[in-house]
Amino acid sequence: MSNAVSALQGKTYAGFATVTEAGLQGMITLRGDLSSAKVKKAVKAAAGVDVPAQRRIVLKDGKGAGWMSPDELLILVPYAEARAAVDALSAALAGEHALVADVSDARAMFRVKGARADQVLMKLCPVDLPSLAEGELRRTRAAQVAAALWKSDRDEFTIVSFRSVASYVFGALETSARPGSEIS
Amino acid sequence: MLTLECPYCGVKAEETELQAGGEAHLKRFGPGSSDEDFDGYMFSRKNPKGVHFERWRHSYGCGKWFLAARDTATLEVFGTYPAQSKEPPADLQAKIKAKRPKWEGYK
Amino acid sequence: MSTRLHRGGRLIDRAKPLSFTFNGRRMKGYQGDTLASALLGADQMLLGRSFKYHRPRGLVASGAEEPNALVGLGEGARFEPNQRTTTTELFDGATMASQNHWPSLEFDVGAINNSFGRFLPGGFYYKTFMFPRFAWKHLFEPVIRRSAGLGKVPKDRDADRYEYAYAFADLVVVGGGIAGIAAALEAGKAGKRVLLIEQTAHWGGRAPVDGVEIDGKPADEWVNKTVEILGKMENVTLRLRTMASGLYDHGYLLAYERIADHAPGDGRPRHRLWRIRAGHVVTATGAIERPLSFAGNDIPGVMLAGAVRDYVVNWAVSPGDRTVIVTNNDDAYRTALALVEAGLIVPAVIDARAHVKGALPEAARARGIRVLEGRGIAKVKGGKRVTGVSICAQAGEGAELEFIDCDAVAMSGGWSPVVHLWSHCGGKLVWDEARAMFRPDAARPPTGEDGKAMVTAVGSANGALTADEVLADVAAQIGGKAARTDAAAESALEPVWVMPQGAGPALRMKMWLDPQNDVKVSDVQLAAREGYHSVEHTKRYTTLGMATDQGKLSNINGLAILSDSLSQAIPQTGTTTFRPPYTPISMGAIAGEARGEIFQPLRKSPMDEWHAANGAYFEPVGLWRRPYCYQRPGEGVHEAVNREIGNARSKVGMLDASTLGKLVVKGPDAGKFLDMLYTGVMSTLPVGKCRYGLMCTENGFLSDDGVVVRLSEDTWLCHTTSGGADRIHGWMEDWLQCEWWDWKVYTANLTEEYAQIAVAGPNARKVLEKLGGMDVSAAGLPAMEWREGVLGGCRARIYRISFSGELSYEIAVPASEGLALWKALSAAGEEFGVMPYGTEAMHIMRAEKGFIMIGDETDGTVIPQDLNLNWAISKKKADYLGKRAQERSHMASPERWKLVGLETLDGSVLPDGVYAVAEGVNANGQRNVQGRVTSTYFSPTLGKGIAMGLVRHGPERMGEVLDFPGDGGKVHKARIVDQVFYDKEGAKQNV
Repeated sequence: MSNAVSALQGKTYAGFATVTEAGLQGMITLRGDLSSAKVKKAVKAAAGVDVPAQRRIVLKDGKGAGWMSPDELLILVPYAEARAAVDALSAALAGEHALVADVSDARAMFRVKGARADQVLMKLCPVDLPSLAEGELRRTRAAQVAAALWKSDRDEFTIVSFRSVASYVFGALETSARPGSEIS
Repeated sequence: MLTLECPYCGVKAEETELQAGGEAHLKRFGPGSSDEDFDGYMFSRKNPKGVHFERWRHSYGCGKWFLAARDTATLEVFGTYPAQSKEPPADLQAKIKAKRPKWEGYK
Repeated sequence: MSTRLHRGGRLIDRAKPLSFTFNGRRMKGYQGDTLASALLGADQMLLGRSFKYHRPRGLVASGAEEPNALVGLGEGARFEPNQRTTTTELFDGATMASQNHWPSLEFDVGAINNSFGRFLPGGFYYKTFMFPRFAWKHLFEPVIRRSAGLGKVPKDRDADRYEYAYAFADLVVVGGGIAGIAAALEAGKAGKRVLLIEQTAHWGGRAPVDGVEIDGKPADEWVNKTVEILGKMENVTLRLRTMASGLYDHGYLLAYERIADHAPGDGRPRHRLWRIRAGHVVTATGAIERPLSFAGNDIPGVMLAGAVRDYVVNWAVSPGDRTVIVTNNDDAYRTALALVEAGLIVPAVIDARAHVKGALPEAARARGIRVLEGRGIAKVKGGKRVTGVSICAQAGEGAELEFIDCDAVAMSGGWSPVVHLWSHCGGKLVWDEARAMFRPDAARPPTGEDGKAMVTAVGSANGALTADEVLADVAAQIGGKAARTDAAAESALEPVWVMPQGAGPALRMKMWLDPQNDVKVSDVQLAAREGYHSVEHTKRYTTLGMATDQGKLSNINGLAILSDSLSQAIPQTGTTTFRPPYTPISMGAIAGEARGEIFQPLRKSPMDEWHAANGAYFEPVGLWRRPYCYQRPGEGVHEAVNREIGNARSKVGMLDASTLGKLVVKGPDAGKFLDMLYTGVMSTLPVGKCRYGLMCTENGFLSDDGVVVRLSEDTWLCHTTSGGADRIHGWMEDWLQCEWWDWKVYTANLTEEYAQIAVAGPNARKVLEKLGGMDVSAAGLPAMEWREGVLGGCRARIYRISFSGELSYEIAVPASEGLALWKALSAAGEEFGVMPYGTEAMHIMRAEKGFIMIGDETDGTVIPQDLNLNWAISKKKADYLGKRAQERSHMASPERWKLVGLETLDGSVLPDGVYAVAEGVNANGQRNVQGRVTSTYFSPTLGKGIAMGLVRHGPERMGEVLDFPGDGGKVHKARIVDQVFYDKEGAKQNV
């Protein structure tokens, strides 16, 4: 486990907003019937939150769950706990038609922080960011690749992409955050 | 560039977030079917000027396929609905009929 | 002479002088100047040469419609040709160079075309260069290439940066004149999310220039006050220097913000392309003045009347001491008044109308200006500059009644609404006979996704011409109460398409419709006579309205001439299609952020960093980059490949196979689903085992292949090709969502979750055993099985599968641990001679073994049966995707080309893709063919060329020699052999 490294190993860039690769993050894909009692119970146990509503993400104490599609959730846990969480979810859902997969290593996570953080994403994503609700998880594209994003704090957005394109996504965020390109 | 509302996640997605999948409501013909039926399923596609039913995938979003009814000439969108539909919803058909009285139906 | 006036200039700041150069000459201007006003203020009237005849060209307009005043702007990495001086702001140190001349602007050899002008009529290019054929290539083209084209191509990499931005608004108001401002104010008050954009650096448009009072205040004051109110509204965004370039489906509006054109190199992006989704668009884009067609109307010094007014009022620049006004409407009198107000001389207003009354002409008369009624200009005198005009009766044929000395002519043929955005997405126009203009037809607007109008045209863009009309139009269409103005009422114009109306051929040959492309009245008339009755055809034939200005000045006049020649009404002729962009936008803005490292996504494996540091020579595979081979110092690519193969065959090699697609399929119906997806049976695969599978399209053609793994009772893992992972995952979801939605199956694309490393070669087992932790013995992990465990400290799944023919293990670990495992294997394998190998070694080793490769042996027309893969196709299954298609007679035909091995007689390597010829020729006289090469390599293992190919009846023709004609007449002879070249018994991998 000590050998594990994230795609960009915490690379950071300070422009008019700060872009950081967030390092290793436990992520689990859960596909199943989100209305089933068994799924609800398993999610609560693993993520500490209820099954989120359509396009919502609920985070609490370093864990949480995001709505990815009508039959898919993204469960977030600390990286070191991902394996155990996968086992626990799988055990809890035994007999239920569901799929639990560890995707911690398939993805990369980024944080864009600063008063103008939204402007960085405005340049890359065809999303109406001012209308993005608190706790809304939006799946879209960032320039030419798939991405999911949400407002993770005041002045902070979190972006998730596939791992293989981590350096592309970081490059696009960095380019968009360069000083002088603030949108007035 | 079109915008279509994904009926699964409610996002009004723009065309760059979507993948077009051609004509909707095709019936698959497998082994044992006649050459004519297979030909129709595999190759014959409608290309109407006017009301058309299409498959779209919210590929940069929730990943779900959905169906859309739109006018290929004016690009008016009459509605979108789940891919798990044997035929367009009745209310959508009624809406289209009201807007396009000469429309002859989806088949 | 044009010159800077001592006083005035509402847009310039005389306290901030700026210096610039034009063709190397130093000149001075002021902050607030455009390049054009600065040049004119420095008496630079001659700015370029025309496209065809290289006639001297000066400024005509003051805005986006300018056809002539294009320059090469900047130097080196910031050089850009065709910059419109009227729409670019002056900055300190600007360097400009004129275009289209050789050797110099003042003396141009190309102007000789001018003397032969009557030999270069409309359609000249089409007619002249047809015959003789050889002359095009050797004579005409080289000459034309040197003299044609507008400006020079930049040679250096662009020093600036560009970007996109996405925006959303309920209402986008395009145009920051009084109409746009008033519309934005109303919408803002109504609480809508409003975006107001203006292409210039100033709010207010024409009203302040025209000296209108609004609500009892000068227009400037009203504009400033209202913009201030708008600026305080949270729901309103204001953007200057932002041009709406095009309107597309469903309210998609592209706008081009020129952030730093006026401050090059200040660290900001030069341009930003706004990709706006508008709920509704209000076009308040104003109107463009039309020139008049009289002989010599292209001579420098002949300008639009409105532009003359702009230069005087906005920038305190006088185009000339003595300016003759020629008009068919009242508005041009404002120019006469402005000139006189500035202390300049207006010798006369030549008005084509027989009787001229109304407030504006009366005001001019009151200032002592001569108004000549029913008159026109017969001819402008001058070469590089106007020296005078010959006056005639508009009703006549051009006999001179009087000659007036002047150094400038201000012309006005009326105004045309800017209808571009309205028209881009299908809005129709209506011909307004009284105003002689096409204006938006509100009954036939462009429609949006809801089928309703998505654009409202207001103000001058809707045909309203006076400030009163403009504001009333906004109030009527957008809401609110119109502010009062003091704009004078105007009497009707009289359409004038040719001046004088009876002008003969000699005059018509000197009446320019399109000064940029050198199209004259006579050219359009000729086109009509030659049968070009469609306005679109006439445009292409004559080049009217082509190139950078797209006929902003020439369109209406041109189609009026065409209509007249065809004796039909103007609306019957119609307009050419208005297409985006409104004015040219930079290539940089179109590219946005996509350049350099982020031109496109580059997918990297978890071990990419190691590869790069260890001599990897990369090749693209889909969007991935993969090591083709690892070069050692002084080693060529092919030597490296051969070394890697030799080492893997004799010792052990390791391959980064992380890019292979890995799709998990789970559920009670997963087996049934996979049996539909693959040609073989996957439902019977025992847990713990692997099976090779093929996938076809519904059309029967082989689409992808890979090893399928049964992970548990209800879970399978499907390996796909590297390039096929996303496609096949999408294919699975398509069938599950759209056809078999009642089947209980879930899929997940876990391609990137795992790093995968193939360890292949006789020593492979030793390497894994040294790492330790898992039983990889022949009995512990037999071929085509898998085990999970901890290998050398990494949680791993090991598949005993071989694509090289060697004893081979593929080890999958979480991607984050891939680099660690790679390094651990390298270290553990050192004593056994381990070396990494790349994709080319992998390709050659699989070819030596006769394994197919998707994309080499398949090309979308090949079915598995062609590749002798019947063993992987179930005959028992009732159905699988592609099965019905494969039952078609052509697919079952014994005449189909089938896969065989090929070996040249001399051991050389067959060229890739060559065809085997057969006797006779086909219906087109081409040699018949009977096969083609699909894969071909030099095999270092066998020391000779090996190949695979598809050959008619191939497997039945073992030993036959075929001819493969290659380049340069060389015929390669190759023998049909078994496709497995190496270790036919498979002994090496089964140890």
